[in-house]
Amino acid sequence: EDLDCHSYNNVGQRGRAAPPAGDSVLFEDTSSAAPAMNNQGYYTPGYNMGGTSNDMQGGAGVNNLFTDPMANAAMMYGSSLANQGKDMVNKEISRFMSVNKLKYFFAVDTRYVLKKLMILMFPYTHQDWEVRYHRDTPLTPRQDVNAPDLYIPTMAFITYILLAGMALGIQKRFSPEVLGLCASTALVWIIIEVLVMLLSLYLLTVHSDLSTFDLIAYSGYKYVGMIFTVLCGLLFGSDGYFVALAWSSCALMFFIVRSLKMKILPSLSSDSMGMGSSAKPQLRLYITVATAVFQPIIIYWLTSHLVR
Amino acid sequence: MAFTLYSLIQAAILCVNAVAVLHEERFLTKIGWGVDQSVGGFGDEPGIKVQLMNLVRSVRTVMRVPLIAVNSVCIVLLLLFG
Repeated sequence: EDLDCHSYNNVGQRGRAAPPAGDSVLFEDTSSAAPAMNNQGYYTPGYNMGGTSNDMQGGAGVNNLFTDPMANAAMMYGSSLANQGKDMVNKEISRFMSVNKLKYFFAVDTRYVLKKLMILMFPYTHQDWEVRYHRDTPLTPRQDVNAPDLYIPTMAFITYILLAGMALGIQKRFSPEVLGLCASTALVWIIIEVLVMLLSLYLLTVHSDLSTFDLIAYSGYKYVGMIFTVLCGLLFGSDGYFVALAWSSCALMFFIVRSLKMKILPSLSSDSMGMGSSAKPQLRLYITVATAVFQPIIIYWLTSHLVR
Repeated sequence: MAFTLYSLIQAAILCVNAVAVLHEERFLTKIGWGVDQSVGGFGDEPGIKVQLMNLVRSVRTVMRVPLIAVNSVCIVLLLLFG
């Protein structure tokens, strides 16, 4: 998947570094040199040699417009300053959350997204729910359809906000503040749910490999159901809304229970003392079921005011 | 129930303050939640109550100093802007 990533970005680089020749440039286009270098540094740090020579050709093409070496030097200085700033920002951000782990969640492709959306809407025929590993590291979503990702939840969240704005506009109740309020309400509910899950997993000493991003991913999957519900409510009226609500609630509950069961509930080959964990499988089951039951409630809460 | 991010921050500050005012020897030991009463039970299943007591104690230890700063900022902001 590394080669895929690099070739995709190199195509992008070549497309951006060559300015449109023959265009009458009304203003000096200094953007084609600097961002090319910045994007280069961000995506493919190991390929700086090939990329830099690429970029210099593009840079030389733009520099022909500058007969003044001072402007040339100023542009070089500015781009090096931008690079320094970018490095500093990257360093600060990587102190709070590891960007590598985040990149794992966005390594998706079209086939994965389509299959995952189908599983979210109709999970009853999916057979194998195990997350596959490869020498102790979980496989990226590109290679394993059961792996959680953050692309679908992010896109679904943004689509939900836009859809909420549209639904409110249809009912003539729209104003920009309402949109921001809707977005922040949904975000706050996600944060609350993730915090409650983390707290309950900590209190019951469940040693699972569910990280914070995994929990964010699993609680973001409900937005797909919400979008489907709101769409059906807008198209088919109140009856369609309730039918779609019931359908997506059942599908989502099934999906959550089957996905989290593998991670939270103890497997048969667990190494804990057989005596002590007699109370815990029940509590772990309660957590899984409570998470699943919470989904329809929050779907209804966040979408009922959009469909009257 | 429309939440803004500001109300989330308010709720978080209030909750952390509530945990921070639980005094160790005047209150927690009286109801059997002191940390010296949590020993025993080796193995990897400490139980919910012990985990909760550990959580309370660690939150109090970690958040003592930052809470002073955050509360001061909140007081100043509320005085200035209502």
